[in-house]
Amino acid sequence: MSILVNKDTHVIVQGITGRDGSFHARQMKAYGTQVAGGVTPGKGGQDVDGIPVFNSVKEAVAATGANATVIYVPAKFAPAAVIEAAQADVPLIICITEGIPVMDMIEVYHTVQNRGLRLIGPNCPGVISPGQCKIGIMPGQIHKPGRVGVISRSGTLTYEIVNALSERGVGQSTCIGVGGDPIIGSGFRDLLPLFQDDPDTDAVVLIGEIGGDEEERTAELIKASITKPVFAYVVGQTAPEGKRMGHAGAIVSGGAGTAASKIKAFNEAGVPVARTIDELADTVAAKFKA
Amino acid sequence: MKIHEYQAKALFRSYGIPAPADQLATTPEDVRKAAEHFGTVVAVKAQVHVGGRGKAGGIKVVKNADEAFEAGQRILGMDIKGITVKKVSVVESSAEIEKEAYLGIILDRAIKGITFICSAEGGVDIEEVAATMPDKIITFSSTSRDFPEDEARAVAGQLFNDETKADAVLNIMRGLFKLFVEKDCSLAEINPLVVNSRGDVVALDGKINFDDNALFRQPDILALRDMDEEDPNEIEAKEKGLSFIQLDGEIGCMVNGAGLAMATMDMIKFYGGEPANFLDVGGSSSPEKVIHAFKLLMSNPKIKAILINIFGGITRCDDIARGILESFKHIDIQLPVVIRLSGTNAEEGMALLEGAPLVTADTFGNAVQTAIRLANGEAA
Repeated sequence: MSILVNKDTHVIVQGITGRDGSFHARQMKAYGTQVAGGVTPGKGGQDVDGIPVFNSVKEAVAATGANATVIYVPAKFAPAAVIEAAQADVPLIICITEGIPVMDMIEVYHTVQNRGLRLIGPNCPGVISPGQCKIGIMPGQIHKPGRVGVISRSGTLTYEIVNALSERGVGQSTCIGVGGDPIIGSGFRDLLPLFQDDPDTDAVVLIGEIGGDEEERTAELIKASITKPVFAYVVGQTAPEGKRMGHAGAIVSGGAGTAASKIKAFNEAGVPVARTIDELADTVAAKFKA
Repeated sequence: MKIHEYQAKALFRSYGIPAPADQLATTPEDVRKAAEHFGTVVAVKAQVHVGGRGKAGGIKVVKNADEAFEAGQRILGMDIKGITVKKVSVVESSAEIEKEAYLGIILDRAIKGITFICSAEGGVDIEEVAATMPDKIITFSSTSRDFPEDEARAVAGQLFNDETKADAVLNIMRGLFKLFVEKDCSLAEINPLVVNSRGDVVALDGKINFDDNALFRQPDILALRDMDEEDPNEIEAKEKGLSFIQLDGEIGCMVNGAGLAMATMDMIKFYGGEPANFLDVGGSSSPEKVIHAFKLLMSNPKIKAILINIFGGITRCDDIARGILESFKHIDIQLPVVIRLSGTNAEEGMALLEGAPLVTADTFGNAVQTAIRLANGEAA
C-alpha cells in the first residue's frame, strides 16, 4: 500500500517536550499514527498526552519496539540526535530540523549509511502514507489514500500539489519531502526505486527545484530503470544566480543547477514537466484518477 | 556568506598557504602610499563580491606610485555589476608568473562529501574548463573531516606538471582542506595558484564562501561580513524571520514556504508578469511577520500590485488574515492587493478579511492573473 511508513510503523519523537515536538506528536497521534514514545534527555518518566517520554533513543526503542523516529530538536543538537538514533539502529530516521551545518551532515549521512539505515531530511516536512501513518509536519487532511507516489524537495509547495491531486480524485500511496538542504539522507534517486517496486504505486510525481544536479541524475536513472510513469514539476525558473532561495540547497551557482537544465534532462528521459501546478495535476488526473 | 579576496588571502596565510603581501586602501592617496611602501610593481584590485572584476576594469597592474594613485582614482567608486567599489587591495607583484593552475574545494552534494577540483588550466573560469576540456580537470574527494592524503599526493605533482613543486602543492592542499573543514566553507578556491619567477608556489587570487547554517559557531568569520555588499532590505528581512530577495519586476509577492514562493514567481512570469521579489514568510507566521512583510514590499517603488499566496499547513490562514488587517491599520497601502488563502483555516481567514480593501481569488492561477491585470492598470 505504500513505501517507508504504514499502519505498522511505530514512531518515537525525539524532542517531544519541545514546542514543535509536542505539538506535532499530538497531531500525528490524532491522524492515527502509532506514536510509541518520545525522547528528551532528563525528562524520562514524564508523558505528553499519554505518550511516554524516555531519556534516550535506546531506552525508548527497548521499551516500545519502535521502528522509526522523527527528530524535532534544534539545529545545534540535531546532528547528535540523528547519530543517537543511528547507534540505536532505528531503521527509519526522519529529521525535520532546519539549519543544520553542512559539515555536520557529512558525518551524519555516512554514519547512518554505514549502519544500513535510512535517513529522510533534514529540513523536510516528513513522510505520509495517507490513511495509515503521518510522520512529520504536513497537514494530514489534504491527503487522500491512493496509488500515486510523491517525492519533493519542498514543503508548502508539496501541500499545494498534493491538495490539487486530491481535489481531482488522485490519491497518494506515500508522499515524501526529502528536504531543502544541500546534503540530505535520501534523494529522488534513492526513493524512486522503492516506488518502482511498490505494487500499490502506479505513478510518481517529482517536485524539483533549482540547485545541485539531483534532477539531472534522476533523469538518467529513469531512462535506465524506471518503467512506471513519472511526472515532474521544477520551480525556480525566475530565481537569480548566486542567491539562496530560502532553502539552503536552492541556489544556482556558476550557471549550474538551473531549472532549464533540469527540465531539459527530464524531457530527454521522457518525463513530462508541467508548466503550472494545475497542468501537473490535470495531466496526472487524466491518467490516474481513482 | 561571501568574503573579499583580501580577507580570503589573510585566511590562506593563517593556514600556511603563501599569498603575496597586500594592503587595503579606500582612497587614491592610500593606494599611492601602499605602492610606495612596496616600492615595486603592484596590482590594484577592486574588492567586491561579484565575479568578472578584471573584465569590468576593476584590476590594474601599475609600475609606480603615481600610476597606482591614478588606478585608485579610476577603480574606487567604479560600478561593477551594480556594486560600487569602496575598497581596493594593493598587491605586491614584483615576481613574474611562470605557470598558472586552479585548485578548489567544493561541497559535493552527489557524494555527500568534500571534493578537490584541480586543473593545470589556471586563471580562467573553471566552469568553462569543465564544460569545454573536462579531461583537464582532476578531482578527488573525502567523505569525512580527514584529508585525503594518498589521493592528494598522487595529484600534487601534476598540477604544474613539475614533481619538484609537489611538496609545496601538497602543503597548500592540506592547508586549504583544513581551512574548509574548520571554518565551515561551502567553497574555497585558489585561482590562479601560480609558480612565480622565484620558484615559489603562491595563491594569487582566492574566493571563499561559507555555510550560512554554521555561522553561529564561526564568530571570526561572521566578523568578516561586509554589509556594504548586501541588500539592506534582505538583512532586515532576515532579522525579522523572513526570507527575502529583491528582483526587478512590478508584482510584489508574499508567500509561505520557499518552494511555493519560487512557484509563485514562476507563475507570474508564465502569465506574462515579472516578480518584484522572493518573499517567504515562513511557517507558523505571526501577524507581526505579515506586517514586516508588507513594510518591505511597500518600500519598493517599482511594485504596482501585491500578491499574497498562502497555503496553510502549519501556517494558519486566519493568522495571516489578522496580520493583513493589522497591516492595513498601520501602513498606508495604496497599491492593489490580491489574496488567495487555501488550506488550514482558509474559510476563517477569508471571513476575517470580508470588507477589507483587497481582491480575493479562489485559485493560485486566478490570483496571479488578477495581480498582473491590476499591475497593468486594468480592472481586476
